Amino acid sequence: MKEKTGIIITGGVVGLFAVLLVRFGNPANMGFCIACFLRDIAGALGLHRAEVVQYIRPEIIGLVLGSFILASMNKEFNSQGGSSPVTRFVLSIIVMIGALIFLGCPLRMVLRIAGGDFNAIIGLIGFVSGIYVGIFFLNKGFNLKRSYKLTNLEGYLFPAINVGFLALLIVAPAFVFFSKSGPGAATAPIWISLAAGLIVGALAQKYRLCTVGGTRDLILFRDNYLMLGFLSILAVALVGNLILGKFNPGFAEQPIAHTDGLWNFLGMALVGWGSVLLGGCPLRQLILAGEGNTDSAISALGLIVGAAICHNFGLASSAKGVTLNGQISVGICFLILLAISYANSEFLSKNAQS
Amino acid sequence: MKTIDTCGMSCPQPVLMTKKALDEEKDGIDVIVDNNTAKGNVQRYLKSVGYSVEIEENDGTFVLKARK
Repeated sequence: MKEKTGIIITGGVVGLFAVLLVRFGNPANMGFCIACFLRDIAGALGLHRAEVVQYIRPEIIGLVLGSFILASMNKEFNSQGGSSPVTRFVLSIIVMIGALIFLGCPLRMVLRIAGGDFNAIIGLIGFVSGIYVGIFFLNKGFNLKRSYKLTNLEGYLFPAINVGFLALLIVAPAFVFFSKSGPGAATAPIWISLAAGLIVGALAQKYRLCTVGGTRDLILFRDNYLMLGFLSILAVALVGNLILGKFNPGFAEQPIAHTDGLWNFLGMALVGWGSVLLGGCPLRQLILAGEGNTDSAISALGLIVGAAICHNFGLASSAKGVTLNGQISVGICFLILLAISYANSEFLSKNAQS
Repeated sequence: MKTIDTCGMSCPQPVLMTKKALDEEKDGIDVIVDNNTAKGNVQRYLKSVGYSVEIEENDGTFVLKARK
């Protein structure tokens, strides 16, 4: 049990900070949301022009730099990459589309459940279903091949980009967009958000928190290590919401959510399946990118581009519901996931252990 | 003793490769990993299925020696 204390504490800190960040100004049930926050950053940079979701979220910067700093101190920073980068880029776009159909990454899904949003329970069922499909292909030999050691500079670039984001946030030049209303204008103070990100980034680096890994490892190996982190986030955020009177159970009128169960299910199924193929959830990709894993940096960039696509092409859902374009995109994304899953498994050749 | 090399493989491949190798080589195997996450995951898995694990470190990689 001793070896599991760290992951339980990490999950608890994520749950606690998530509730507090909402208290300090973040949107409801959105203390942390990797998908939403990367989407806000895409908007701030002008990659999409949805005016209500544009902000350079310091939490993201903190997560990456917290991981980078701790990994460097512990000599765990390791610049590596080259494991099917374009495939990972495409998978990340799909994960983002799924997340913005549902309206949240797996972490926000947990936080929504902790806030009493029953729509997120439908999302969770979809998420687990997607993970099952991903595991089916893992058992058929799915893998994205090896990564290799790269120069240190390659690994430093993504953390450096995040330092650049911080500079843009503080200087706030006219070419960066900041929402004046809507979720993008609901923000905790910069230094609180940054500190929360740094602490969670460091803890998640040390204890390997991953929301998709919890279910995956439990099914694949009967290993509950990561699941304990997942449940710990839920438990602490739930208690926190109950104490602060932010627990409002039901389906209707949940904050930044819609009630279309089918599309909540399918959106999170895309996220679960895609994340298993990527080897980790969006949060985990940020943490790994901070450790010098440039395949994960590519994934993070794919998530940002995916968010821009979602808003530019009218795929993203809103509180009003799902769009037709969004529904069509989900169908296309499932076909692409199937093709990627099939092509990288052992159906075509015995390539699993190469 | 059979050796499998998981260097550069992303999650959960190191554990999957270990599991598969043990299906064929029940007495034990050597697993090479190149990061602490994989080291922890493979070690936890090996112990959970009843192997003792000895770890040798050399130059950034680890060899996990799993024995019945």
